[in-house]
Amino acid sequence: MTTPILEFRNVSKQYGAIHALDNMDFALMPGEIVGLMGDNGAGKSTAVKLIAGNFQPSAGEILLGGKITRFADSLDARDQGIEVVYQDLALCDNLTAADNVFLGREITRRVGPLRILDYRAMADRAAALFAELKSETRPRDLVRMMSGGQRQAVAIARTRLTNARIVLMDEPTAAISVRQVAEVLDLILRLKDQGVTVVLISHRMPDVFTVADRLIVLRRGQKVADKRIADSSPEEATGLITGAIERA
Amino acid sequence: MGRTPRLSGLAHGAGLDTFQLIVRYAAPIFLLVLVLVFALLEPRFMHPLNLLNLLRQVSISGLIAVGMTFVILTAGIDLSVGSLLALSGLVCAMVSKGGIADRFALEIGASAGNPVYLAAAAAIGVGMAAGFLQGLVVTKLRVPPFVVTLGGLSAFRGTALLVSGGGPISGFDPDFTWWGQGRILTVPVPVILFFVAAVIAHLVLRHTRFGKHVYAIGGNARAAALNGVPVDRVTVSVYVISGFFCGLAAFLLSARLNSAEAVAGSGLELTVIAAVVIGGTSLFGGIGTIFGTVTGALLIGVLTNGLVLLNVSSFIQQIVIGVILVAAVALDQFAAGRRQSS
Repeated sequence: MTTPILEFRNVSKQYGAIHALDNMDFALMPGEIVGLMGDNGAGKSTAVKLIAGNFQPSAGEILLGGKITRFADSLDARDQGIEVVYQDLALCDNLTAADNVFLGREITRRVGPLRILDYRAMADRAAALFAELKSETRPRDLVRMMSGGQRQAVAIARTRLTNARIVLMDEPTAAISVRQVAEVLDLILRLKDQGVTVVLISHRMPDVFTVADRLIVLRRGQKVADKRIADSSPEEATGLITGAIERA
Repeated sequence: MGRTPRLSGLAHGAGLDTFQLIVRYAAPIFLLVLVLVFALLEPRFMHPLNLLNLLRQVSISGLIAVGMTFVILTAGIDLSVGSLLALSGLVCAMVSKGGIADRFALEIGASAGNPVYLAAAAAIGVGMAAGFLQGLVVTKLRVPPFVVTLGGLSAFRGTALLVSGGGPISGFDPDFTWWGQGRILTVPVPVILFFVAAVIAHLVLRHTRFGKHVYAIGGNARAAALNGVPVDRVTVSVYVISGFFCGLAAFLLSARLNSAEAVAGSGLELTVIAAVVIGGTSLFGGIGTIFGTVTGALLIGVLTNGLVLLNVSSFIQQIVIGVILVAAVALDQFAAGRRQSS
């Protein structure tokens, strides 16, 4: 059996007296898309923040590639191959697509004693990333002028720069038009093609059931379901989220 | 994929129509029109001596406007520049004179002071230190830039009055005054420094990581931080840069006037901010160029100079500059509205 790329063992997270996450176990396998669902306050964001290194668990262990890990902070987690695509995408509208992809990691070249931005190298690399994602985003266009799907492509292209092994996507389809949802779901499948593990946090049942391989449902800080998409149904998932179905 | 080579880092977007081109270059076009109108109405305007004099006047506020552009690009503001100009100028004069005791010593060459480079370094040092202090308060104490630099406007002016005792410090060595009054191949020294500074500032903003981070912070500071941009360090730096240009301008102004005084640069912050904004830089940050700022500074300089030559009252000059300022921003907003809806 393959080693999970990331594993939670008996992980709990408390804020004072509040148990946000209680004895949680799960494993993420390389190259799979996992839909993480749950109502508001079910523990989704806590789980995500633990994976992304924003928080440390109160109890239990997180294993990365089979080894017990403790992320110092989110930059540490990023260095170890975990990238987050935020719901608002964290883009600078006033900059170009290529500028955004390379924000904070700009490519420079030496001119005498100076280091200047290598716009050509960044545009070429960004174009290659967009091509890999089969997106028509153009590197030198301003993000302000872009559609929701193209903006998503910019944010996802960022995660490909570092060859991230795990990409956490927070409600990627929440703020875009229905027409562009398919485009974004395609982008997620392209990531999977590259061998990336994607955790898709979503409220939208059709999205999860279109692209995910597996479904994890949280309710009141506990994992109430962890099964293959093929063995579940939107009706069951809804029941699990609301509590109409206790466990599955 | 069609890849059109572009000189600048920011793409110019797709599908610019004629109207948008006119809006984009509204300030330079208006500047040319003004120059033509004044040239027709008043022959003295185009005299080389007048033009060089005009440029020399512009270069002081222009240098400060270059620094201000960095600050406004991060969505900040520096209201303290006029007061800082006065304070830096006084410190510069005191260092040049070797103290405050013989501040009225007018006989040239009689001062037992310090060499000019120490005086210039003192002016620039004071400016940068003041900028650093303000930048720290903005980033570490999370006080809005408007408030911090409004405090600076008051405090630096007070400090200037305090150290000078209210009076001017006048009479410098010729190698000091050369920096304000001298010429290289007929071009005044401050004008040369202004254009050199503008070119360097342009290169820094467009071709360095630091410059890209300045734009990114103005566009979306939270996104910049999430992507590993050292937001606090860059933010402090832009106030240090603004202070640097205040110090340099203070040195050049003292040299030009052969005098420094605590009331120098009163209200200058408004002229400088007007130049930056007329040049197309957004007060919300993230959008703007040094080319625009230079254009804005020249526009205000040409307008003032031309109206003076035409004997138009300075009261009316102020009204005209106010109207142009608002019109420039209104035009930008109108263009932005059209972009959104098209």
